[in-house]
Amino acid sequence: MTGVQTLRIAIRALLRNKMRSFLTMLGIIIGVGAVIAMVAIGEGAKARVEASFAAMGTNLLIVLPGATTSSGASGGFGSGPTLTWDDLKAIQTELSSVKDAAPSLRRTAQIVSEEQNWSTGITGTTPAYFLARSWPIASGSAISQSDVDGGTKVVVLGQTVASKLFGPSSDPVGQTVRISNIPFQIIGVAGKKGQSPTGQDYDDVAFIPVTTFQSKIQGGLQKYLTGVIYIAAAGDVARAEKDVVALLRERHRLGDGQPDDFSVRNLAEVAGAQAEGTQTLTMLLASVAAVSLLVGGIGIMNIMLVSVTERTREIGVRMALGAKPRNILSQFLVEALALSVLGGLIGVALGAGSAGLLASRFGWPMLVRTDVAVIAMVFSGMVGVVFGLYPARKASRLDPIQALRFE
Amino acid sequence: MHDIRRVYRMGDTELHALAGVSLTVEHGEFLAIMGTSGSGKSTLMNIIGCLDRPTSGTYFLDGEEVSRLDVDRLAEIRNRVLGFVFQNFNLLPRTSAAENVELPMVYAGVPAKERRERAVEALTLVGLGGRLEHTPAELSGGQQQRVAIARAIVGRPRVILADEPTGALDSRTSVEVMAMLQAQSDRGITVVLVTHEPDVAAYAARVISLRDGKIVTDHRQTPVRAVLEEARA
Repeated sequence: MTGVQTLRIAIRALLRNKMRSFLTMLGIIIGVGAVIAMVAIGEGAKARVEASFAAMGTNLLIVLPGATTSSGASGGFGSGPTLTWDDLKAIQTELSSVKDAAPSLRRTAQIVSEEQNWSTGITGTTPAYFLARSWPIASGSAISQSDVDGGTKVVVLGQTVASKLFGPSSDPVGQTVRISNIPFQIIGVAGKKGQSPTGQDYDDVAFIPVTTFQSKIQGGLQKYLTGVIYIAAAGDVARAEKDVVALLRERHRLGDGQPDDFSVRNLAEVAGAQAEGTQTLTMLLASVAAVSLLVGGIGIMNIMLVSVTERTREIGVRMALGAKPRNILSQFLVEALALSVLGGLIGVALGAGSAGLLASRFGWPMLVRTDVAVIAMVFSGMVGVVFGLYPARKASRLDPIQALRFE
Repeated sequence: MHDIRRVYRMGDTELHALAGVSLTVEHGEFLAIMGTSGSGKSTLMNIIGCLDRPTSGTYFLDGEEVSRLDVDRLAEIRNRVLGFVFQNFNLLPRTSAAENVELPMVYAGVPAKERRERAVEALTLVGLGGRLEHTPAELSGGQQQRVAIARAIVGRPRVILADEPTGALDSRTSVEVMAMLQAQSDRGITVVLVTHEPDVAAYAARVISLRDGKIVTDHRQTPVRAVLEEARA
């Protein structure tokens, strides 16, 4: 008796009771479907978080100036001027672990085109900024070193600003806008960067040379760097972070035991923690779904037991006609397996479908992980074997005489 | 078959369903086992049919001592040497006549194509060549028993065991069934029939009767030929 024949007998037996077979499968379908959908949703959420961190830059360090304390009230990080332009230059030139370092001075200002106006964050920076944040230029060019040296009145618009002022899919390069009533020539439009993990629009920004920012927007050169420093690490972010901290402590002449008068944020760490958070969520969802798969397995066992009792006579007839106990065992086992595997297949399809639906609703990338689908399938198959074994053994151990007499 | 005993234990009491039965059945014999209910005839039938094993005694079937074989070997013997016909037909419900007949060959490992051919052949032989795809529910009692006979003979057994084959049938279809069993006997197949009806036993060439687990009479007779009153449908 071959496996194909056993399978055929099992399928025929299941088809004899279509409704019952379907309801039994439903437990597995829901279980597997839930696992697939939950993991896909979790992965989608994770991918979204990761994408937003990638937009920020995962090899990125942000140095903020230290806190000021005025009459006992601490102003928080960034409130006091502790970083100097020489600090920036030192970070840039002295540390091999730092690839690019750029200042970012920010102030909200009104930016006016001939027809529209828009309030946005004016950012004074250097060419290194675009490298540090790996921010491409969509059209035109980025701010050049000669723009910074000469303090020219040029501006690179973010995508959001460009479309607010000139309409979507327009190319405003070469036109003039006024920022704080000073005319600036648009030399480029930055590429789309997307949203920060907190939902802030990165593209709502306009870049001008840092020297122009100081003289025209901020009103005068200052010794202190009243913004933040973006640093792209050359390799290991953690090493770059350590180097920057050591360098700044030395330059600020901080002794042992004195706290830092600046702070360094490591975005890779934040991204990792976020990813871990979503990972935990995914695991939680998946384990809840796995429990429902287990419940589905118990449903299979229940129905198989009923089926064995109901078909006692059939078992007796089969035995009388020459079926060996192991033929009966494999028949019922294959029935349970067919239920669970078929249920698993439908579950995968349904889970993937609902995950896709949810993903498109939430605007997440849909990520049905094939490994999870395979694991769920294997697991549901195992559920079928484990929960099918007991009823199948029960069937195979029936006494043919008793079974034939069974009413 | 020598000094077969089968003891059932029910709690503390022992029930001697068979208390020393010795019996020799020749190839091609048509034997009827008679007895009232509780006489041990069903137990004897089960042992002959290799469904049950005797508590003691020896049973040679076709030269092989089968009373001590394991369940798998017994299943093989049932499959290859024996054919069963039951009182209540015992066809698989919601399964076509042809598939019911194919069943023993499935366990014998006969290829699907040959199974089908032999099933059709056997069903044609019992006059049901036109009802291959009918399920038992769509067949009359007599037709169902004919399917069961087809199933019993399709495996080319040496022995056919018929346990009250006419018990659920009216007298006319009973004659049909007995005629078929006689036809098998004429072909050299041993037929063992269990019945409590003398009318049915009359079709056999040898009748033994059991009482209280022992053979009380054993005589040969000229069998009544089962003559069909009208042509088969």
